[in-house]
Amino acid sequence: MVNGKKTTTELEKVVIRFAGDSGDGMQLTGSQFSFTSALWGNDLATFPDFPAEIRAPQGTVEGVSGFQVQIGKIDIYTPGDQADVLVAMNPAALKSNLQFARKGGNVIVDLDAFVDRNIEKAGFVTNPLEDGTLADYNVVEAPISSLTKTALEGLQLDNKSIMRSKNMFALGMMYWLFDRSLKETEKYIDSKFKKTPALAEGNKRALNAGFHYAETIEALPSMYKIPPASIEKGVYRHISGNTATAWGLMAAAERIGKKLFLGSYPITPASDILHELSRHKNLGVITMQAEDEIAAVCSAIGASYAGQLGVTTSSGPGIALKGEAIGLAVMAEIPLVVVDVQRGGPSTGLPTKTEQADINIAVFGRNSESPAVVLAASTPANCFEFAYMAAKIAMEHMTPVILLTDGYLANGSEPWKFPKTADMPPINLAEAKKSNGVYYPYERDAEKLARGWAVPGTPGFEHRIGGLEKQEKTGNVSYDPTNHEKMVRTRAEKVERVANYIPDLEVQGNGDGKLLVVGWGGTFGGLRTAVTELQHANKKVDFVHFNYINPLPKNTKAIFERYSKIVVCELNMGQFASLLRSKFPGMNILSYSKIQGQPFLVTELKEVFIEHLKD
Amino acid sequence: MEALADIPKAYTKKDFESDQLVRWCPGCGDYSILSAMTNALPQLGIPRENFVFVSGIGCAARFPYYMNTYGFHTIHGRGPAVATGVKLANPKLSVWEVQGDGDALAIGGNHFIHALRRNIDINILLFNNEIYGLTKGQYSPTSPTGLVTKSTPYGSVERPFHAAELVIGAQGTFFARTIDTNPKLMTEIFVHAAKHVGTSLVEVLQNCVIFNDDAHAEVTAKQNRDDFQLHVKHGQPLLFGKDNKKGIRLNGLKLEAVTIGEHGITENDILVHNAHEEDPTLHLMLARLEPPHFPMALGVIREVRAKTYDEAIAEERKQITENAKYHSVDDLLMSGETWEIK
Repeated sequence: MVNGKKTTTELEKVVIRFAGDSGDGMQLTGSQFSFTSALWGNDLATFPDFPAEIRAPQGTVEGVSGFQVQIGKIDIYTPGDQADVLVAMNPAALKSNLQFARKGGNVIVDLDAFVDRNIEKAGFVTNPLEDGTLADYNVVEAPISSLTKTALEGLQLDNKSIMRSKNMFALGMMYWLFDRSLKETEKYIDSKFKKTPALAEGNKRALNAGFHYAETIEALPSMYKIPPASIEKGVYRHISGNTATAWGLMAAAERIGKKLFLGSYPITPASDILHELSRHKNLGVITMQAEDEIAAVCSAIGASYAGQLGVTTSSGPGIALKGEAIGLAVMAEIPLVVVDVQRGGPSTGLPTKTEQADINIAVFGRNSESPAVVLAASTPANCFEFAYMAAKIAMEHMTPVILLTDGYLANGSEPWKFPKTADMPPINLAEAKKSNGVYYPYERDAEKLARGWAVPGTPGFEHRIGGLEKQEKTGNVSYDPTNHEKMVRTRAEKVERVANYIPDLEVQGNGDGKLLVVGWGGTFGGLRTAVTELQHANKKVDFVHFNYINPLPKNTKAIFERYSKIVVCELNMGQFASLLRSKFPGMNILSYSKIQGQPFLVTELKEVFIEHLKD
Repeated sequence: MEALADIPKAYTKKDFESDQLVRWCPGCGDYSILSAMTNALPQLGIPRENFVFVSGIGCAARFPYYMNTYGFHTIHGRGPAVATGVKLANPKLSVWEVQGDGDALAIGGNHFIHALRRNIDINILLFNNEIYGLTKGQYSPTSPTGLVTKSTPYGSVERPFHAAELVIGAQGTFFARTIDTNPKLMTEIFVHAAKHVGTSLVEVLQNCVIFNDDAHAEVTAKQNRDDFQLHVKHGQPLLFGKDNKKGIRLNGLKLEAVTIGEHGITENDILVHNAHEEDPTLHLMLARLEPPHFPMALGVIREVRAKTYDEAIAEERKQITENAKYHSVDDLLMSGETWEIK
């Protein structure tokens, strides 16, 4: 500090991680910081990291909730590998989150929380503020709790409410550190506590107190500026993957003039789609919280049979339960969208952590020959696009479509330049027609092989369908051996032909790289960042990312043939790599996988790719 | 023009018979149920295209194939869930769901009770033959204790479910019971069930001639009809027996079968059936009566009006729509916090 004046440092990007007790409001703090930064014009990506327990015992490592955000003046595709600033509201938060902080970065702690009892509860033997644990970091010991208390003196608030405002104090400090305005958060506080002015006042006071405190302390010698990114012009909003999924489905139903029927059973991390859709019943949405996962999918199948857009949403364990019913939709050839927000498994696994290990169950997880279309969204915002496409394909091709997202996309958010619904591709329904005055339920469209969708209530189209094998064309029950083989092959061919209606893969790179990095679904951001950084360093590495898993884009093989080495990166034991090897035998398809319930880090990916480039 | 189209044509039984060969065993009780149904539907004044028959798995579940209506043969036990989706998707449809005792009360028990709890306006037919037929003769959740079947060679050690108890436990609003040997009663009850607004549950005591023949003979056999069938009708005294000389009275907290003229009992002592009573206590007692000490109650045992799931959803939507501040997905996209990069 020179004459009490602080310096300003300009940065291209910065990663901030908020960590505290599940009840400390870290998710809210993180999202407010993100929103303010988005308004300022930064590009950003967020990653909430919270426990499965709603309120694990206070002060324990199990109860720590984290929220990471990366903001930048450059394009940001991931929430960042390591935090430049870690805010730890108690010893447990420090214990579990220090691993995510960059050495040399700032660690801001609530000094008041570092009392013996909390230190012990967090599993530290000695006080980490004193024993050298934080030697590699710039530590800011801020008495956040007591300063919040002081700031809120005189307001008629109980101690619990006062302590709940300390997250705003921490947020205020961050706003000073990154030169942000308090305005948007103050507006938010006013609207959130409209009915309790004392709480609104308390939270605003805490926010301002934090801001001014940061300004005055010596431990923060510099403030950082992250200039606005050069973002495409247009109107933006923040969106999480789950909200985008819900809205994409609604957009498709609205486009085709159908009701959107959601049958769903609550499950982490998919429940927010149910919550979101339940809010929009004025837009022709019907939501039913079913008695179980099976009823959820079956009611959706019933709704589709009756002519609306039937959707069910779940996560791995629920998808396992729905398998038989999805098979019914395969056999009955009716539209159905199944959203699988993947989480760590098997069994109950890691409910709140991300994983990509449901590709096998999505593609193969039903009895007998039971093909379904499988799509995977790759950013929080493009969950909108792929939810829309899932519904479009289901209704045009008369097939179940499984949309894979994951916990990382579902809860992560990013600024989104959203489209007008009229700009989304049109949906052309598989209409039921009669030949010579007779309706045959299994008469097919020559190109798509989709059968016509005849809906109850339509005179002259009365028909019976079901799970028993169908005679071709008439749809009557048939156990004829050659008919069965023909129908099995036709159903497979129908799904294969979806490839004629999806976009080609695009390679990022010159096409002359010796190494092709392959990804699918929610790992896009990390992979893209890693490859881009290597390409800027003149490394010969190219990248393709799959959103269409089954069928694959038609140019997949032609692209793969250009590379001597293909490395498939995914958060599982190599499921997509296996699928690709079976489709393209003889190619050098390698696998890089990670199964930790956490996304890829850009640094680890770069190391892997550099290693591959060596030989 | 539209009004004209709304007037349903006069249908006959034939209009509801499909062209498919009926493949139940000769002598199966399902034939008479099918016939009673094709008799009942023309009486309802509903256009044929608005009927949907949904089923799960089992002999009973083949029913939709034999009806010339819309039909959906789904998977084991899940019929009520599929039917619920059908009804919510298009509340104008007359939705019928056909189940056997295994389908409804074993694998599909959860969907069965939740359909009733929600009181969605569909009609569920429960063909109860107390056996698994299509898998060739295992005991079912309604088989009596001691029944010898392929999977209980020493007799079943389990206690049976009584459908009525589940219906009432799930706050069902309509419960009727009929027998496959009485086509007239079946037809009457199907019509009655169709007119009930809410989930109608009709239990049909049905005979499986192959694996559990005469399971209901105590009630259905000609020689037992008088003494073991109690035909209940709303507003009528609970009389049975030859010349209606017997009746049911309430004695303390229990029902009692009595003979008029004996021990000073007159017709005034006999309970008058009130199917519309909201308190289900007497309905449950009535539904539980069984030989040899009592006749079995047949007819509409419970019929009360409560808001249906589909009505509640429609009301909710109307209210939400009237107060809505946005009217399209585009509005929604523009709502809340947005910002423009110029």
